[in-house]
Amino acid sequence: MSDVADKPSASKGLKSLRLTPTASIAGIILIFWILVAFFGPALAPYGEAEIIGESFGPIGGEGILGTDKLGRDILTRLLYGVRTTLFLALITTVISFVVGVVLGFSAAILRGWFDICISRLVEAFMAFPSTMLALVVIGAMGTSITVLIMTVGLVLSIGVFRVSRAIGMDISVMDYVESARARGEGVWWIITREVLPNAMPPLIAEFGLRFTFSILFLSGLSFLGLGVQEPAADWGLMVQENMGGIFLGSSSALIPAACIASLTICMNLIVDWFQQRQQGETVLEKME
Amino acid sequence: MTDVLSIEDLWVEGRPPGGKYKPIVKGVSFNVKKGEVVALIGESGSGKSTISLASMGFARPGCRISAGTIKVNGENVMDMTTKERHKLRGEKVAYVAQSAAASFNPAIKIGDQVIEAPVFHGLQTASEATEVAVDLYKKLDLPDADRIGGRYPHQVSGGQLQRLMAAMALSCGPDLLILDEPTTALDVTTQIEVLKAFKDIIREQNTAAIYVTHDLAVVAQVADRILVLNGGEVQELGDTDQIVHNPAHEYTKTLMNAVRPAPNQLELDHKTGDDDPAPILTASNITAGYGSGPSKKTILRDVTVDVPEGSVVGVIGESGCGKSTLARVIAGLTPQWEGEVTITGHKANPRVEKRDKETLRDCQIVFQMADTALNPRQRISDLLGRPLQFYHGLKGKEKADRVAELLELVELPAAFASRFPGELSGGQKQRVNLARSLAANPKLVLCDEVTSALDTVVAASVIDLLQDLKERLGLSYMFISHDLSTVASFADHIVVLYAGRVVEKGLSSQVFQPPYHPYTQLLLNSVPEMRQGWLEEVATTDEAKAASAGSVELREVGCPFSNRCAKAIKGVCETKTPPLRKIETGHEIACHLETDVLPK
Amino acid sequence: MLQLIVNRCLQGLLTLVLASIIIFAATEILPGDVAEAILGQNRNDAAALEALREELGLNRPAIVRYFDWFFGILQGDLGVSLSTDRPIADMMSGRIWNTARLAIMTACVAIPLALILGLISAIRAGGVLDKSLAVTTLSLIAVPEFFIGLGLMTIFAVELKWLGANANIRPYYDFGRIVHAMALPVMTLGFAVLAHMLRMTRASVINIFTSPYIEMAVLKGIPKRRIVMRHALPNALSPIFAVIALNLAYMVSGVIIVETIFAVPGLSRLLIDGVALRDIPLIQACAMLFGAVYIVVNLLADIFSIIFNPRLRFPK
Ligand SMILES: Nc1ncnc2c1ncn2[C@@H]1O[C@H](COP(=O)(O)OP(=O)(O)O)[C@@H](O)[C@H]1O
Ligand code: SF4
Ligand SMILES: [Mg+2]
Repeated sequence: MSDVADKPSASKGLKSLRLTPTASIAGIILIFWILVAFFGPALAPYGEAEIIGESFGPIGGEGILGTDKLGRDILTRLLYGVRTTLFLALITTVISFVVGVVLGFSAAILRGWFDICISRLVEAFMAFPSTMLALVVIGAMGTSITVLIMTVGLVLSIGVFRVSRAIGMDISVMDYVESARARGEGVWWIITREVLPNAMPPLIAEFGLRFTFSILFLSGLSFLGLGVQEPAADWGLMVQENMGGIFLGSSSALIPAACIASLTICMNLIVDWFQQRQQGETVLEKME
Repeated sequence: MTDVLSIEDLWVEGRPPGGKYKPIVKGVSFNVKKGEVVALIGESGSGKSTISLASMGFARPGCRISAGTIKVNGENVMDMTTKERHKLRGEKVAYVAQSAAASFNPAIKIGDQVIEAPVFHGLQTASEATEVAVDLYKKLDLPDADRIGGRYPHQVSGGQLQRLMAAMALSCGPDLLILDEPTTALDVTTQIEVLKAFKDIIREQNTAAIYVTHDLAVVAQVADRILVLNGGEVQELGDTDQIVHNPAHEYTKTLMNAVRPAPNQLELDHKTGDDDPAPILTASNITAGYGSGPSKKTILRDVTVDVPEGSVVGVIGESGCGKSTLARVIAGLTPQWEGEVTITGHKANPRVEKRDKETLRDCQIVFQMADTALNPRQRISDLLGRPLQFYHGLKGKEKADRVAELLELVELPAAFASRFPGELSGGQKQRVNLARSLAANPKLVLCDEVTSALDTVVAASVIDLLQDLKERLGLSYMFISHDLSTVASFADHIVVLYAGRVVEKGLSSQVFQPPYHPYTQLLLNSVPEMRQGWLEEVATTDEAKAASAGSVELREVGCPFSNRCAKAIKGVCETKTPPLRKIETGHEIACHLETDVLPK
Repeated sequence: MLQLIVNRCLQGLLTLVLASIIIFAATEILPGDVAEAILGQNRNDAAALEALREELGLNRPAIVRYFDWFFGILQGDLGVSLSTDRPIADMMSGRIWNTARLAIMTACVAIPLALILGLISAIRAGGVLDKSLAVTTLSLIAVPEFFIGLGLMTIFAVELKWLGANANIRPYYDFGRIVHAMALPVMTLGFAVLAHMLRMTRASVINIFTSPYIEMAVLKGIPKRRIVMRHALPNALSPIFAVIALNLAYMVSGVIIVETIFAVPGLSRLLIDGVALRDIPLIQACAMLFGAVYIVVNLLADIFSIIFNPRLRFPK
């Protein structure tokens, strides 16, 4: 190669994102739900816990999307619920990342005893299904929001630890990290300046996946009655409350479940697009 | 004579992931006749591999053949269906890749991989193909020809694997053989046997071949004609003799000029080591390695090295001999188990974390791959600015000024400060890498293979820069390299490392002139020479034959070289470790042979 | 190689011990103890509490009680349930079969299907089939299990009335009836694990595509299908084993929601009951069982990976 390299061309707004149609649609839906989270309650036709009619009212009846077990407006509760769902998922994911990434990177860089102890412990924790862990802790400590957030955050951080330790291991053997060590830099500098910036793409993808998982996990807990409690509106809780309606032909449980699905599917599609974008084609893909 | 391959006006385009297509091969035409070896030479990125792959109708991911005709035996490859192309690849054209270790499937037995193409394409039955393969193994001088096919790739050595890949390529009796840098990943000592085997078998089978390489001396040994490429364009095409001795094109001349003479052809003034200044670095009796407990692996044993102030100490040896480990021990990255490192007269703690700032500052290490040694997410200004701030507390304008100075020092424009490493070429990155070590104002710089990943021309300019900096800044270097020619032209002192032990050390003039340690002699003789016929001459010596019988083995007792030494004394060499013995002032050799029977 | 396998087994054992310590410590740290749980309403009666603790041996140091409990488990003594006074082993034995039936039926359908579809997807990478499978599986993974479960139930049990919504299998059920009852829970659980395993199979194989030896195979004129099956798959076995193990463990211990929806009286339901009734020995036993399943299947996956790796099978 000659001694002159190309400068990458400056990025040009949206076009440089190279959105696929699937990713665009998913992005639009996600943005829609985020907007709803901000303005939902203002748009809601009724109060969060307001009873407007009979229980399990049909679609297009009293409420546009029908009413629930207690006769509350489904649409209203959906609009309120997105806030709870998104907020809880976000805060638990953030907690899990703070804990998981700091421990994971430290283990990857310090190695030795610190790494061995913490990895073994995490491995032992991995042996238990996450729902069971949450079930036992919440069962014992009660179902307050704080307990819920801390429990879910910590349970999620087990997985985050594993992933960030692996990423950290890959990066910490790079020569630029060795260079920094040879210069005499401390652990904090190495984590924040050398490892973290290079770990961003996989970590962002991981954040997306964990966020999805957190939504699923929380809604699962709600579904088991261990999550957000009445009368607050939460999508998972709405499914649980109205499950009995299925046999009465009411869709009041399926609608919130579908909403959760739309959120998580879109999130996953975006993450997938993000990951695909980072890699080129392989030999076999272009064979025919 | 008929053309086996003829390529006319070939254009290939490539693009970075998601980027735009740009031409990487621009209108190349040439042909290869039956029984002829055409070499493609040029620097990395000049399109050598791309062109040779195109003759199989193949373009790497991210590339596409955009124009031109490629005819194999008169049939146009570009018009073929997928099926026809599969047949072409399995039957007519075969490929030998740079790294056999990576190109053999680790999960399949070697023999099965060798015969896969002819059997799959229905040319032969499995037993016929196996017979042909065993025959090829014998011709390629592989040991245990009847059974080597039953082994897995990890069970044979790198040099053998490379020859096995040639067998794999030849198993279908191809009309055209493509060899893509087939010896670049090998050590010089291994290169000889492989090169010789390739050359013989190509002659014997009378196949046409394309030989891709960047090493002119290698080309001189194997090729009939040479095609010189630069930036995807043909610069010159001619007979080997003409290109090597009488290059016409400017670019070819530049390439030829960058080739350094083999060390034993250098004129070195004979001086003795009496008047050396005090050492700036002393590493004494170092024993070191990796791992602990049962997986403990000792690499260096009892290694002692001095770097006198203001001098260049070259450390040479094949890969895996512990050169990098030595540098890492000195830098404190791999703490030694025994021994002591003294930098500028002060004892240095084995662990880098526990060293004081002065020690750290005085001794800087530069890694081989600038690609991985520079954090891709930091701008050049940050990369160079950090040591300035860390060691000297510089901030703001002062720091920026010094960054500009450093860039000037390594002959880069000051505007580069705002760039990221990804926006620089390989040579430029290596200069930044150097500049970063200079930012500390060190007294000693450890250079670990800093030119190995660079093209000859660029490497030569980096060496010139190092030389210049040494004089201007009064630096001392420990210069690690497996490339003897580079070291010989640059170093004052030489340390020869083999399998973790120092086998010879002294002034360059002493080490590169007789008497030699047997290993040093092997190294020196293995450096390819431009002279045609060199290969045949050297490959048939006892030394070369003995050396190809074994590979680097880290051993606790005995002479580390005893499994490959033509002069080994039975019963002594493999059981008793020879100590370093003084030959003359400053020159030491570790060998059981008496001085007067040491190789001359 | 044997050395490696033995090492790996010891490691598994260590993890098992650690897991047991975690369980024990957790039930120890959580507020309240067995005595309080037994007394329930009367827990404020200090004298009775003390007497009961003495009787149950709760006043001994935690270490002693831990070893007591741990060695009990090793000998198959899971303890006695507080809520029912029955030996926990008896309570579990019936339930294990319900959980295992669901897991085995699902595994038999999902694992082969996932492998086959994953490989087809890899062979046709970038094609229409691959792309649609990618979106489908991505969505399936993202959909809450209860949505799939309730959706299937609405369609097949409530609307069409083809399949049963209650998977509480009675001993007198014949095979047809069992299939009728189990179809929906198996499908619900199957979708989730199928999607996960399929994606991982495909990804593990595709991951190998960038290796130089795949390029070599292409240059030998080998067609795609053979490259995937013969050259890529053998090198992708290890991650595939790992993901199968993960999903097997999940099919046993992660099925709380499926068991809840379809009223399967399995181990997860037992655990939920234990939590609700603060039946500490029962919680400990269930947790230990789940942990052991996870550790054992992962151990098996690693051993298979070691056995199928020629580097380890035939050292230099
Ligand atoms: N981090 C490591 N862990 C274990 N072994 C290593 C490590 N780095 C290098 N080695 C081994 O040490 C030996 C010497 O390596 P090295 O010092 O890099 O030699 P050289 O620089 O001469 O090629 C080799 O056998 C290599 O495989
Ligand atoms: S000691 Fe023996 S084996 Fe070693 S180099 Fe000398 S002669 Fe050869
Ligand atoms: Mg090295």
